[in-house]
Amino acid sequence: MISGLTLSERQAAIAILILGTMIGIVMAAAAAMRADAMEIHGYIVALYSLGLLAVVLRGYFAPEPDDTRLASYYDDPSKAGIILSMAWAVFGMFMGVWVALLLAFPDMTFDTAWASFGRMRPVHTTGVIFGFGGNALIATSYHVMQRTSRARMPGQFSPWFVLLGYNLFCILAVSGYFMGITQSKEYAEPEWYADIWLVVVWVTYLVLYLRTLARRKEPHIYVANWYYLAFILVVAILHIVNNLAVPVSFAGAKSYSAFSGVQDAMTQWWYGHNAVAFFLTAGFLGMMYYYLPKRAGRPIYSYRMSIIGFWGITFFYMWAGSHHLHYTALPQWVQTLGMTFSLMLLIPSWIAAANALLTLNGAWDKVRDDATLRFMMMAAVFYGLSTFEGSFMAIRPVNSLSHYTDWTIGHVHSGALGWVAMITFGSIYALVPWLWKRERMHSPALVEVHFWLALAGTLIYVFAMWNSGVLQGLMWRTYNDSGTLTYSFLDTVVAMHPYYIARAIGGLFFLTGAVVGSYNIWMTIRQPAPTVAPPGDEPVLAHLEPAE
Amino acid sequence: MAVTERDPHTGHQTTGHEWNGIKELNTPVPRAVWLFLILSALFAVGYWILMPAWPLGRTYTHGLLGVDQRTTVTRIVERAAQERSAWTGRIAALDYNQIRADPALMKIVREDGHRLFGDNCAACHGINATGGKGFPNLIDKDWLWGGSPDMIAQTIAVGVNSSKSKDTRVSQMLAFGRDGILDNNAVLAVTDYVLSLSDPAHALGRTAQSVAAGQAVFAANCVACHGPEGRGNQALGVPNLSDRTWLYGGDAQSVYTSVYDGRQGEMPAWQNQLSPVDRKILVVYLLDKGASRR
Repeated sequence: MISGLTLSERQAAIAILILGTMIGIVMAAAAAMRADAMEIHGYIVALYSLGLLAVVLRGYFAPEPDDTRLASYYDDPSKAGIILSMAWAVFGMFMGVWVALLLAFPDMTFDTAWASFGRMRPVHTTGVIFGFGGNALIATSYHVMQRTSRARMPGQFSPWFVLLGYNLFCILAVSGYFMGITQSKEYAEPEWYADIWLVVVWVTYLVLYLRTLARRKEPHIYVANWYYLAFILVVAILHIVNNLAVPVSFAGAKSYSAFSGVQDAMTQWWYGHNAVAFFLTAGFLGMMYYYLPKRAGRPIYSYRMSIIGFWGITFFYMWAGSHHLHYTALPQWVQTLGMTFSLMLLIPSWIAAANALLTLNGAWDKVRDDATLRFMMMAAVFYGLSTFEGSFMAIRPVNSLSHYTDWTIGHVHSGALGWVAMITFGSIYALVPWLWKRERMHSPALVEVHFWLALAGTLIYVFAMWNSGVLQGLMWRTYNDSGTLTYSFLDTVVAMHPYYIARAIGGLFFLTGAVVGSYNIWMTIRQPAPTVAPPGDEPVLAHLEPAE
Repeated sequence: MAVTERDPHTGHQTTGHEWNGIKELNTPVPRAVWLFLILSALFAVGYWILMPAWPLGRTYTHGLLGVDQRTTVTRIVERAAQERSAWTGRIAALDYNQIRADPALMKIVREDGHRLFGDNCAACHGINATGGKGFPNLIDKDWLWGGSPDMIAQTIAVGVNSSKSKDTRVSQMLAFGRDGILDNNAVLAVTDYVLSLSDPAHALGRTAQSVAAGQAVFAANCVACHGPEGRGNQALGVPNLSDRTWLYGGDAQSVYTSVYDGRQGEMPAWQNQLSPVDRKILVVYLLDKGASRR
């Protein structure tokens, strides 16, 4: 890993890691004086930096890479990102099963604060969205942007900085929740210092992406890059605006948001829905637009549909956040805009899904035989289903039934499990043999097992939550002849119990699949490299120009 | 100029671009897509014309239908209250026995009482009102503060040891052991005596001596509230110690803990949270539930 860095890059790494260690010590010392939980985060930052520093120092005197590296793509960070992604997947999904069980059996908190639902639930969401999803996005974006630009990344240092810096953010986030450090903003829980750190990392990511694109040898920028770039750019904007806050003290974790009241709610859901749009949709559409046609060996069905889909999705999504606040103190005109834009959003969403599925025309025999491609196909199907469901639920009268119920949870997981996780698994199964130069995955049969576990888990989960959510919503609005409510809230909780158990079972299926996948990936990496390089990248390297 | 080619499967031309082996077809956008894009946009425009939609500085377009969610919900709530007033008025006017004698009203009491009790009381008293440790059973006809309708209504209204009502009922069992009023032997002895009140067998055998000693402790320290025979006092919310009903447990350890550490239960005051009719429904609901229990 270090042998790929030039001497000056190794020195830059050492300088930054020493700085990181010092920042960590200062954080810990300052927070210790106020007996603030940020002290632990100071130690984590210092230890993380020191650990990486040890790795850099151990490899410091390794020979420098020669200029032949410039004739190849730089894939080490992608490899690390995939391994990190799978580790976060297993952790995050394990936490998901735990919180699912917690809802069915509330005594599982063992009377400890860290195991309470309010702390564990963001550990699950951050673990899977940012840990699993984010690492997969970073790893695949590095791979895709280099191939589709036919250019190597401009350096070896900044991709590592982005990947490892991002994982530090995830660790700070998750460890903070266990200690009760949270802004209480859904999907934006980390406190101010973690947020500032993410801004540094994310801007570096954007610059790295733009610099690579600027070096491209292809005249046109491929669709996947539009989506990855939208993901990086918009997430930066969302993250900065929603996390504007004033710390109570620079020596403590607690901060207060710059927004209050209904403005805070609107900012939060502008962020929240666009996190779904640009993190969980645009980024993964970028993934789909590369790995699906590549694996299928088919051209993209329609360039024109790609254009309409992209601009429709990016434009309409920006307005849709207020549909999370139907029938609240938010002025009705804002709700109207949120609802109507959410409805219009369905068309470009389906254009993107259709473009993916129609690309498979001529390759359906491969979908039948190849679980990797089937993962991607199923992801496109679930993308279509959950975007339809999302637009439907954004209609105010529908929302009056679905809002605050488990239907929302079912909808989110149809997107998260069916779309995001499946396109990721498909892409990773395609990518791992290419990156590690293996002929194929260690066991195609285990990919098949994973596919069916993932599909079964998703269906069990989603059907359980649909049933639970609709039942819940209907029970909340059932009246007696006398005009009084028929059910107490407790009655609805009792009614949901069996579905909560079913949900945990569905989640367990999905988690088991992720464990099987991790094992398969690990065995693929461990098996000896073949003597003949497998087919993968186009022989475009000859076009690369020597060092600048 | 990029070289385009024809995809043999679909018959469409490619755009001539290629990225690491990926090509694109220049397939025209299907007409249905344009149609749905236009339809969805038309729907949105129509909706904007009819409903509140676009901001205009300090105001917004109100829409031709004049719909406003605030007035809508106010109207619905008023209409619902109007519809319910047919029977809420009767519940407010009639006394408890008259309500219980009216089958039509009792149907409503049982339905709405279930919901009111579930949403407000069940968290402590249990969904079937059978209580639990520290939370009284409300349908066993054994009452701490009196089981007449008026007494129950009063307890619900002002609560017990509640910080939310200045008229709250107040009751406290002293921490005889912890506060040093009694030494440990005396606490042990009076525990045995208290157990013997509901279980005469406890006064025999091994514990006989302790029970006798405890009787003296009881006479000196407990009778003021619990009465000479330990039968309690509903005016002060003092439990009867001679029956088999125990609020905090009737085993030796639980009784010892009650004497040693004292007890101070709390029940919220509901007078500012539930309407008089809601509270009246709860009283009748509990009486009815207790009466129907074998």
